[in-house]
Amino acid sequence: MNGMAALDLAPVAPEIVLAAAACAVLVVEVYGRSADLTYRLAQASLVLTAIVLALNFPDGSVVAFSGTFVADPMAAILKIATLVIGWFLFFYLQAYLRERGRGSGEHFILGLFALLGMMVLVSAASLLTVYLGLELLSLSLYAMVALDRDSPVAAEAAMKYFVLGALASGMLLYGMSMVYGATGTLELAGIGEAARDGRDLILVLGLVFLVTGIAFKLGAAPFHMWIPDVYEGSETPVTMFVGTAPKLAAFAMAVRLLADGLFGLHGEWQDMLVVLAVLSIGLGNVIAIAQANLKRMLAYSTIAHMGFLFLGIIPGTSEGYAAAMFYVIVYAVMSLGAFGMIVVLSREGFEAERIEDFRGLNERSPWHAFLMLVLMLSMAGVPPFVGFWAKWSVLREVVAADFVWLAVVAVLFSVVGLFYYLRIVKLMYFDEPGEPALAVANPLRLVISVNALSVLVVGLFPGALLGWCLAAFTGG
Amino acid sequence: MFSDFPFLSLVVWVPILGGVWVLFLGEDNRARNARFAALVVSLLTFLLSIPLYAGFDTGTAAMQFVEHAPWVPAFNIFYHLGVDGISLPLVLLTTFTTVLVVVAGQEVIEHRVSQYLASFLILEGLMVGAFAALDAILFYVFWEALLVPMFLIIGIWGGENRVYATIKFFLYTFLGSVLMLVAFLYLYAQTDSFRILDFHDVKLGLTAQIFIFLAFLAAFAVKVPMWPVHTWLPDAHVEAPTGGSVVLAAVMLKLGAYGFFRFSLPIAPDASGELDLLMIALSLIAIVYIGFVALVQPDMKKLIAYSSISHMGFATLGVFIAFTLLEAPDGRTSAVLGLEGALVQLVSHGFISGALFLCVGVMYDRLHSRRIADYGGVANTMPIFASFMMLFALANSGLPGTSGFVGEFLVILGSFQANFWIALLAGLTLILGAAYTLWMYKRVVFGEVANEGVAGLDDLNPREFIVLAALAVAVLLFGLWPAPLLEVMGPSVENLLDHVARTKL
Repeated sequence: MNGMAALDLAPVAPEIVLAAAACAVLVVEVYGRSADLTYRLAQASLVLTAIVLALNFPDGSVVAFSGTFVADPMAAILKIATLVIGWFLFFYLQAYLRERGRGSGEHFILGLFALLGMMVLVSAASLLTVYLGLELLSLSLYAMVALDRDSPVAAEAAMKYFVLGALASGMLLYGMSMVYGATGTLELAGIGEAARDGRDLILVLGLVFLVTGIAFKLGAAPFHMWIPDVYEGSETPVTMFVGTAPKLAAFAMAVRLLADGLFGLHGEWQDMLVVLAVLSIGLGNVIAIAQANLKRMLAYSTIAHMGFLFLGIIPGTSEGYAAAMFYVIVYAVMSLGAFGMIVVLSREGFEAERIEDFRGLNERSPWHAFLMLVLMLSMAGVPPFVGFWAKWSVLREVVAADFVWLAVVAVLFSVVGLFYYLRIVKLMYFDEPGEPALAVANPLRLVISVNALSVLVVGLFPGALLGWCLAAFTGG
Repeated sequence: MFSDFPFLSLVVWVPILGGVWVLFLGEDNRARNARFAALVVSLLTFLLSIPLYAGFDTGTAAMQFVEHAPWVPAFNIFYHLGVDGISLPLVLLTTFTTVLVVVAGQEVIEHRVSQYLASFLILEGLMVGAFAALDAILFYVFWEALLVPMFLIIGIWGGENRVYATIKFFLYTFLGSVLMLVAFLYLYAQTDSFRILDFHDVKLGLTAQIFIFLAFLAAFAVKVPMWPVHTWLPDAHVEAPTGGSVVLAAVMLKLGAYGFFRFSLPIAPDASGELDLLMIALSLIAIVYIGFVALVQPDMKKLIAYSSISHMGFATLGVFIAFTLLEAPDGRTSAVLGLEGALVQLVSHGFISGALFLCVGVMYDRLHSRRIADYGGVANTMPIFASFMMLFALANSGLPGTSGFVGEFLVILGSFQANFWIALLAGLTLILGAAYTLWMYKRVVFGEVANEGVAGLDDLNPREFIVLAALAVAVLLFGLWPAPLLEVMGPSVENLLDHVARTKL
């Protein structure tokens, strides 16, 4: 069976297209030396990949390459979301670099490889593919953070990111080796069979390391230390790259490893995730209050959001995973918009990353103030914005799984969270401006508007996206 | 014939979309357009809400003007609207009040006019939506979303301490609401539905009911507001612009009391019965203690804000006295009195407190002070205004013949059947209310002209006259002839009592 299935390239077609396109763009970059051309080709590669993906949209779960790669609806939806977000990421990146006259195409090539890594990780069906995708993703991002080579802060951020990321990869690898030792297979399906009755000490130890690795990559407390420094130190669009699409891939990794691989140990990992979730939601929300730098504030808010994401995984049900998947997609879009707003406001020599820089924005540009209001309130979970539905869906699953206390803890901390989001709104609307009126180039204005308004529109009509996420797991 | 046409949706969405339209009319130098557009939208909304009353069947407790469409089908969430005798008066109160607020804000607001008017229009639509929603999640969306425009109204156009007040307002109300959300999710886990009417019929154990009741209490008590979570209200009121105060007092507080009628009582009747003494105690504290607090306020708006808390205590008292009454063999009639009194009190307080805030606004626009000490002898320079304010002050003290009397009288009447001492304490408020309202009135309006500022006051302009006259008519109309209001409420209140009397254990 393996021999025949291995020859079927259709499930892997999007990845093959993206890999080939990335290599081609690399060659063009080397000989062409035109950043603009590289950017356009990179955007075209994403569109092409998305088309191929849409043409090969899987009905059910198809396993390819000797059980190392799986194409299923969950993977397809996450990949489409990744590609769409990637398109926006490239756009913001290009706008940012052009403003500063930095014509370099390396960002886009690294970006393409990072996105490829995410797609591989999302479709991983064996421990090897998980690791392969993760490292492709991480190494590209380490390099991208370090690309701002004249900035000591960026160098520090890259160093921290690399060292802690390598540590996390090491943990993950160590856990994988134990799981392999206990079950004798690398394929997640096989591990799932072997670990069905759980309770093997080595397996539990391996699980501890796997969960640690996942928590590191997502940035959940207490493994969150790298997040604020990397977010603050990187250039804003690079922060965006670290903080949005990779979360989708890390979510997929968590579901593949925990739900597909080690469901037999559900009781064990449930307890671990409860601790991680409570710590992340509490610590992220409380520390975010004290931040004066918007990127640092968003970093701590990310930590809190990752706690909410775990809430969806904790029950161990299909509906729960669907809720978490909805959460992570929504989070990535909101986060993209929030960092995008920093890009919009910043100019050469003025990074607009202090919270103070948003003072009086309503006087300077009512439209952009409104977009930021939408984004901030959505992150806080206020309806009718989509962030509310994200919180609602994970809380619903937590309550359905009889963890009412956990839901109460989570909502109480989200009230704390509301405070620091409201502070931004307060600065924008209630305070007098310190800066002159804002002038934004038209294409950028359009893209940020689409980005932020999608948060409002999907918030008003959340049915479709919620339905797709649910169908991805229940097959309905 | 009326019920096929989506009047409710129009009353929700016309102001919201109209608000967006006004927002895009933009700049302050073209504020006339925005003002005119806002007036048209608010009047249109009010006209659209009239068929709701005209076509309302007072013979049934069923929901009317029902609209039902899928919204999030995967999770049984529906766009489900409808009104009964409990929500209809509040919907009309909302549309009526918004017209007055828009008229009252016509010339007074000069800064970011279109944003100001748009906030009120959007707020109107969201409030009507909250009253009319029959799906718990739809209700929650409206309920939370309306915090946003109110937050901006207080924060942008408010007084000196506005930022503190508005953030306090938002956080307090949000804190209560999220617990309610958890309660909704719990109920969904039991019923697999978010229909509020399904929640009414689900069986629940006493412990679960008590937790649900407390979660609802957290949300509604903050909005009402009940002692001891009332502290956001004086801050928010004092710092809000006049229109904001009016909407807060006239409509937003009603949402909290409405929540008790629509959610707490029918969903957790046994818990409500268990905890009714607690609620009665909190209500009495609000009535008596806050009444004394109102007495010593040097600031007119703060005084009226405290008086609102005290009057809302009557509404909650009327709701929860019903449980004691139902224990008596033939207490049902009195229980009906209590609940109807509470509802009438809501509507009437909407008119009276709104009118009083507008009166303070009239003076504030002229002298830019809310301090009682800065006034005196206003009657000499503003006789027409003084007469209007006299009427509203007397209505606030519960003078027979005004709407303020009807609600309080019904509640006290009901309370007497339950317990003499509760009724006595509640009755005290008639004296207290008269004391703080009339004493303030005396210091502000009567006596010698206090200073040059007062001496130079102009009497009401036509715009102010129309607004106050409309409210005066409403106060007198419902005071002398409350029958239409009671008739609309009757069947729904009876139906609510059926739910309350039936144990869910």
